Amino acid sequence: MLLKPSRAVGIAGYGAYIPRYRLPASEVAEMWSDGAAGLPITEKAVPGLDEDTATIAIEAARNALRRAAIAPTDLRAIWVGSESHPYAVKPTSTIVAEALEAAPLVQAADWEFACKAGSEAIIAAVGMVGSSMADYAMGIGADTAQGRPGDALEYTAGAGGAAIIIGPAANSLALFEGSLSYVTDTPDFWRRPQAEYPSHGMRFTGDPAYFHHILTAGEMLLAEMKRTPQDYRFVVLHQPNVKFPTRAAAELGFKQEQWQAGLLVGQIGNTYSGASIVGLTAALDVAAPGDRILVISFGSGAGSDAMSFEVTAQIEQRRNLAPTTADYVARRTVIDYATYLRYRGKLKMK
Amino acid sequence: MHIARNWRVKRQRYSLQGELCHHCGSHVFPPRDVCPECARPAYDPFRLSGLGEVYSHTTVYEAPAGFQEQAPYSLALIRLHEGPLLTAQLTDVDPKEVRIGMPVEMVTRKLSVEGDEGLIQYGYKFRPRLLAQAA
Repeated sequence: MLLKPSRAVGIAGYGAYIPRYRLPASEVAEMWSDGAAGLPITEKAVPGLDEDTATIAIEAARNALRRAAIAPTDLRAIWVGSESHPYAVKPTSTIVAEALEAAPLVQAADWEFACKAGSEAIIAAVGMVGSSMADYAMGIGADTAQGRPGDALEYTAGAGGAAIIIGPAANSLALFEGSLSYVTDTPDFWRRPQAEYPSHGMRFTGDPAYFHHILTAGEMLLAEMKRTPQDYRFVVLHQPNVKFPTRAAAELGFKQEQWQAGLLVGQIGNTYSGASIVGLTAALDVAAPGDRILVISFGSGAGSDAMSFEVTAQIEQRRNLAPTTADYVARRTVIDYATYLRYRGKLKMK
Repeated sequence: MHIARNWRVKRQRYSLQGELCHHCGSHVFPPRDVCPECARPAYDPFRLSGLGEVYSHTTVYEAPAGFQEQAPYSLALIRLHEGPLLTAQLTDVDPKEVRIGMPVEMVTRKLSVEGDEGLIQYGYKFRPRLLAQAA
């Protein structure tokens, strides 16, 4: 069950991007419940009028290229995972490849698996580099998620993304140790093609969906690798709110000091395809050589990818070649609900 | 619909691809057939760093078609470190905070959207530089 390439590979470069604007959850509660609703997070990142999944992916990818210290034309694949691609038909990945000046001799495609599209693309990149088809391949997870006004998701549906360049172990900041994926047909959250907003199964999104897949993938990966939570300094889980990943990490046997660094949802909201990968970048920003990081994504519909990494000594020289994820989290401008409606295109101009 | 016109300039729009004149060493943007400094042919594509300073700026309240939804926004002349002066929108900044000499960096953003069914145009804008080490 454990996926491990025949050629040793790792993360050669990583980069994140989070938009500047923040909507406090209290603004949503004030609008729809007279402020009485419980708040699942403090605030969420909101994209500006000129941002979308493509622009988020481009900046995250540029940061990853800086840390990898490779030429854009060294990339043999650029795969963008998202549930909010700007076009229904026309790839985001070619826009990103062109902006990076990595086109035209490169694989490019868009991936969709709710919030797991980015981690799926990263594992495909591991396979491509691990089979020696290529030396460098990039997987990106980015989203500008939408929540129906007044719905529970409106509090948390944020924006952001991260890019991971997979390369040979010798040029890696963190070695890929193995992954395990677990998927079932579980209808917890969905959106039909013409629908503006997603629908979800309320409490059904918890135990049969998020917890079952995250916990199973995590437990099986640890068992297959003969590891325990104590072998890891960091654990990063998909983070739709603060409660879910905190409870799941504790059930797996992790402690707060292990999940704290990669738990950003309280400050930036749920970045969907970006969520677990942005958390991984935040952990890499503060990790020391030898530290192990366990990442478990979750995508509705449903499935989880559990991935294990070990940080190398090269991280010390290369992490400061691009802005850290904390730099983006700290760069914040608070907006009110009316500005949020304008930025998210909910005001009809014509 | 100006599909071909926009498509032709995608590299200069997305990543500030200009030219390096191999006769006099000037950086040229936007790319053109003749170097504006030495009047000889300018050929070699060159990706500009995207770092520069605000040379001058204004705030647009009455925006042209395709940009009304973004008004008010800052429009600036940017002096790039390599020399060229170009016009671009500023982003991620309150128009009141913009000042001459402000260090800025290039980002690729949405320039305009052709309604619900048309194309999305992407291109360069500039924002206050995020980090000193990005310089």
